[in-house]
Amino acid sequence: MVNSKYFFQGLKSVKGLDSPAFALGASFIAIGALLKNIGFNLEQSIFSTFLTYALPGSLVMAESFLVGASLINIFLAVWLVNARLYPMTVSLMPLLIHKKQPRWKYYLSCHFIAVSAWLIMKSKYQTIEKKYRIDFWMGIGTGTWLIAITSTIVGFLISDYLNKDMMIGLAIVNPVYFTCMMVGAMKSLQINLSIILGAILGPLFFFVSPEWSVLYGGVLAGTIAYFVGEFK
Amino acid sequence: MSELSSNIILVILVTSLATYLSRFLGVVSSEKIDVTSKLFRWFNCIAYSILAALIARIVIFPAGVLEEAELWVRLIVILISIFIFFITKKNLVYPTVLSAILLSLLNSYL
Repeated sequence: MVNSKYFFQGLKSVKGLDSPAFALGASFIAIGALLKNIGFNLEQSIFSTFLTYALPGSLVMAESFLVGASLINIFLAVWLVNARLYPMTVSLMPLLIHKKQPRWKYYLSCHFIAVSAWLIMKSKYQTIEKKYRIDFWMGIGTGTWLIAITSTIVGFLISDYLNKDMMIGLAIVNPVYFTCMMVGAMKSLQINLSIILGAILGPLFFFVSPEWSVLYGGVLAGTIAYFVGEFK
Repeated sequence: MSELSSNIILVILVTSLATYLSRFLGVVSSEKIDVTSKLFRWFNCIAYSILAALIARIVIFPAGVLEEAELWVRLIVILISIFIFFITKKNLVYPTVLSAILLSLLNSYL
């Protein structure tokens, strides 16, 4: 089963000076308040974060629900906005796979793949023995996921007390956290180029297609960075 | 169960399935990908650049309440936060907490 030493080591990595708790908390408080405002009850809001746990997908769900989109349209819109989870999984899981570990752990814990948990694992995996990386990952995932669920509840309950300026303040926290984590991850030519080109091409492609800009810009930027890094 | 609440449950289930799909397919592919391969390095670049593109999009073309703050205000808050991140030896608590306070204040007094 799960090695508890590594699991708790992972779980504990959500506190401390590089903690994602505040950033995750701020954005899921905003989600909790948003879900309440569009008519979800508390149980449904908890259920939503429990099962989805990926911020942009939940936002798209809320928008689509408000305009009364069909289920198939909601499926496609969410799938498109969360398609980034595919390259994120493929660039993380091979680092954690060990033949002595049961496969259910990978199929269960991939649910925890979201930007914050992913960035933490990417910055720490080298310090963990390969066999136990999956247990460490399950700890990080459980910790960040529980913060998200708790914050959704808090956001739902305090939504009446949040004014517009406070909501705007909450909304900037996540981009700030991600930006700092990404700047901290810039340690090789390929990664540096990927991040800088992605940040430039993503917004540029917004003028071509707002819906596809992140995927188009991201894939193009990553591919250029890959070739420059391989053949320099 | 009323029609509305069964609708909400369906919407949540569809959203979570659409989200889990990419994670699930990612694990299926991961079983065949070696960490020393070129394919892995390419996916690694793409993952980082998609995240950078996503964050840049959220800051420059935001969808929700962030729209209400001016673009230059959002960019200044991000730059100040990166600066704080470096002078505090890569502490992530200070820049995140201060960014929320700073943006709330700038937005209500400008």
